[in-house]
Amino acid sequence: MQDLLYFLQQLINGLTIGSAYALIAIGYTMVYGIIGMINFAHGEIYMIGAYTALITITGLAALGIAWLPLILIVALICAVLVSSSMGWAVERVAYRPVRGRHRLIPLISAIGMSIFLQNYVHLAQGSRNIGFPALIQGGFQFGSPDSFQTSISYMQITIFITTLICMTALSLFISRSRTGRACRAVSQDLGMANLLGIDTNRIISATFIIGASLAAVAGLLLGMYYGSIDPLFGFIAGLKAFTAAVLGGIGSIPGAMLGGLILGVSESMTSGYLSGEYKDVVSFGLLILILLFKPTGLLGKPEVEKI
Amino acid sequence: MLEVRNLSMRFGGLLAVDQVSLDVNEHEIVSIIGPNGAGKTTVFNCISGFYSPTGGTIRFQGEEVQGKPDYKISRLGMVRTFQHVRLFNKMTVVENLLVAQHRHLNTNLFSGLLKTPNYRQREQKALDRAAYWLDRVGLLELANREAGNLAYGQQRRLEIARCMVTEPTMLMLDEPAAGLNPAETRDLNHLIVGLKEDYNVSVLLIEHDMSLVMEISDRINVINQGRPLASGTPEEVRQNDDVIKAYLGEA
Amino acid sequence: MAAQNLKHALFCAIVTLVISYPILGLNLVAEGTKVVLEGADTATVISILLAAVAVFLFQLFRDNIMGSMGKMPNLNPFANREPMEQSKRQRLDTIVLVLLVVGALIWPFFVSRGSVDLATLVLIYIMLALGLNVVVGLAGLLDLGYVAFYAVGAYTFALLYQYFNISFWVALPLGACLAALFGLMLGFPVLRLRGDYLAIVTLGFGEIIRILLNNMTWLTGGPNGIGGIPDPTLFGMEFGRRVKEEGNTLFHEVFNISYSGNHKIIVLYLIALVLALFTAVVIRRFTKMPVGRSWEALREDEIAARSLGLSRTSVKLSAFTIGAFFAGFAGTVFASKQGFISPESFVFLESAIILAIVVLGGMGSQIGVILAAVAVIILPELAREFSEYRMLLFGLAMVLMMIWRPQGLMPMRRMHIELKKQE
Repeated sequence: MQDLLYFLQQLINGLTIGSAYALIAIGYTMVYGIIGMINFAHGEIYMIGAYTALITITGLAALGIAWLPLILIVALICAVLVSSSMGWAVERVAYRPVRGRHRLIPLISAIGMSIFLQNYVHLAQGSRNIGFPALIQGGFQFGSPDSFQTSISYMQITIFITTLICMTALSLFISRSRTGRACRAVSQDLGMANLLGIDTNRIISATFIIGASLAAVAGLLLGMYYGSIDPLFGFIAGLKAFTAAVLGGIGSIPGAMLGGLILGVSESMTSGYLSGEYKDVVSFGLLILILLFKPTGLLGKPEVEKI
Repeated sequence: MLEVRNLSMRFGGLLAVDQVSLDVNEHEIVSIIGPNGAGKTTVFNCISGFYSPTGGTIRFQGEEVQGKPDYKISRLGMVRTFQHVRLFNKMTVVENLLVAQHRHLNTNLFSGLLKTPNYRQREQKALDRAAYWLDRVGLLELANREAGNLAYGQQRRLEIARCMVTEPTMLMLDEPAAGLNPAETRDLNHLIVGLKEDYNVSVLLIEHDMSLVMEISDRINVINQGRPLASGTPEEVRQNDDVIKAYLGEA
Repeated sequence: MAAQNLKHALFCAIVTLVISYPILGLNLVAEGTKVVLEGADTATVISILLAAVAVFLFQLFRDNIMGSMGKMPNLNPFANREPMEQSKRQRLDTIVLVLLVVGALIWPFFVSRGSVDLATLVLIYIMLALGLNVVVGLAGLLDLGYVAFYAVGAYTFALLYQYFNISFWVALPLGACLAALFGLMLGFPVLRLRGDYLAIVTLGFGEIIRILLNNMTWLTGGPNGIGGIPDPTLFGMEFGRRVKEEGNTLFHEVFNISYSGNHKIIVLYLIALVLALFTAVVIRRFTKMPVGRSWEALREDEIAARSLGLSRTSVKLSAFTIGAFFAGFAGTVFASKQGFISPESFVFLESAIILAIVVLGGMGSQIGVILAAVAVIILPELAREFSEYRMLLFGLAMVLMMIWRPQGLMPMRRMHIELKKQE
């Protein structure tokens, strides 16, 4: 019984982290699906989202506003606004001029952008990690009080539900809206979509904005969940999210979700049963293994080489 | 020499090649013809190992080769060209031929670093062989040019020479006459027959245009929409009602 | 048109404010356990506003500015010259290289200790960049975890010394070979992957190695690293004040000169120079050998290369392994130079810096890569007062370089093999 409760706890923790990874992974997978580049700076966009949220929360606290839903909503709006502007600007400044060149070139530009943004925040906000207030406290407990207890915190539930809402909204947007249809058309064949009169530049910008917004949501949620942030906060998370996107099959939105969850669970299982220090080793090891047996990821479409 | 039996290739829901069989005997030029999109190149890609066929067998010199990786099939002596010429454009003409001879060269890293006599000797031999083939296809004067700068017809000939330096027993040509003018096409036909006569290679040829292959082919296979339509000598094929229908119907 | 320009310019200005004001203008400050918000000083706020105005004006008059930029005379006087003949170019290349080497040999005897030490570091980066150049520039494989092989080389030496007392000269080939072995083991499964997947898998591998080094405390000392790594000896001569290893002699006693700490630095520099030269020469030879040709062929047209019987895996693997070999080489020298190594030295940023050197130098070009290594390592040292902004500018430079001069400082010009006229 105890073992089962312990296992359940790891599962819950893993699914929480995993769904947040999935939110970040969307940004990678959509951008890759459309212009075929790894947006290396996406992790930094997420980190900036977390910083903006913390700045907003601190600011509101200073103004004496204490009503939790208001704080959360304002923080969310500010984080999304700043991150999506940043995502848009990064694409405009660093990626659009190099689009269509040899595939190493946008990637290196993206690595440069990632280093730049990391240091931009570092210079402005210092390198030390800063406490993020746990605004959502409390939770449910299972199991007898004298042995191991499984708990689900309200924070974890919030993360789940928010992710679910975002994913549903995104799926609806992609399948129903005009822009969403255009997105799919562009990801099938950019040149053709252009010929058919779709403003591909606008669609690519939209992709970056959507990805950055979801990353900002993840930034707010994970900031609260972890309880502290620093300028390097985005790098590893970004790497994990990209791993999740590749794991699920890059370009596929359900794939990003699945990849995120698998990654999150395998990490928390490693932490729970082996050692927290090796969780990154396991997640990258998993990536290598899956790519070996299914080079296009779990839900990716197999590719036929054009000869 | 080459026996293809009931070859099928399915991409998802699309059956691109359906039960195609063909034979190439030694010292023979065999053509595959058919309208655009008939699946000719897919057959080629299966035989040369770029695709792993979903059904059927391919035997080359008695050995089953279906599903083998492309480079291994090439090493067995079955070498191909491509519908859209694929040269190493930034390399010179002669370097294109050197790359193809990697198996005749001393690839031991240390002997190369130390420039052992054996290494030099083989390198020189490779250059000689390259020169011989460039002369044969009439490109010797252009040996030190970048391959990407050659005229289209010259690129086609270079691609064939690059196959020939690997000393194949079977040459597979994918629409070698596409984009050539009538005079160039005549030269090309001449070259292909010459290769068969002088170097004892068998040739498997894809052509879109029927008239071109009639004079040089020993036998012709016609496929349409992935399925075999007819096969036989040029005469037989020319008089086959199905073939006439398929071609006239298309035209 | 003008109205639309105005709208766009306004939008860009607002975005500038949105992305800079919250992060730059409002600073989070920890006061005890509480975090409070402080406004930035007036200068920062004013510069944010100025930046927004600048963006607004630039976007408003974008067409005019771009137009007049186009009219400016070309600043590069060499832009339109004829390409040099190959034999001439080869001769020039040789002359430049020889001059460089001679200069590099004499130079350390006239400058300060610090400069020589820095120059040794530059040489290590040259070795790394030349090795990565094989993988990225010649074979076209994007390796983002190159630093892992560097770490393998460095740790091999450190551990072999710690446990078996093995000297630099024995550890040098061992470290390089072990790094190559790691390259082989990683490359064998992953080189089938498409380019971008390869990038991320190598990145993951780099992280795995670093995390393992950090956590296998019983072996590697974990984050505390390994210290006391000896300097190289020269024919059994040590450069310290007293003999450390039994059987060795002392450099200053053998030559009967007074002891100086500089000897060690200079000798280390010269050893690094010789090894860097060795790296450059060997790789240069490789490019003219069948193996080098097959790298290029595979990069140019993989399908054609395969149709000619080149095995994709083994060709890529050879490049990957050779690249790893030289990283291991550099790692051993690095361990010896520092005397102390820890996982801190082998983070992803290091891989990014080496990659930046290769790209900056012009992928595939050796002289370009050497110049870029000098620039990337030395410029930040010269601009010490900007040290805070160092990485910021580094990132920015990478982006700008990709936009304006993606072919690098000195793009590779292939040396062709020529067919001599037959008699």
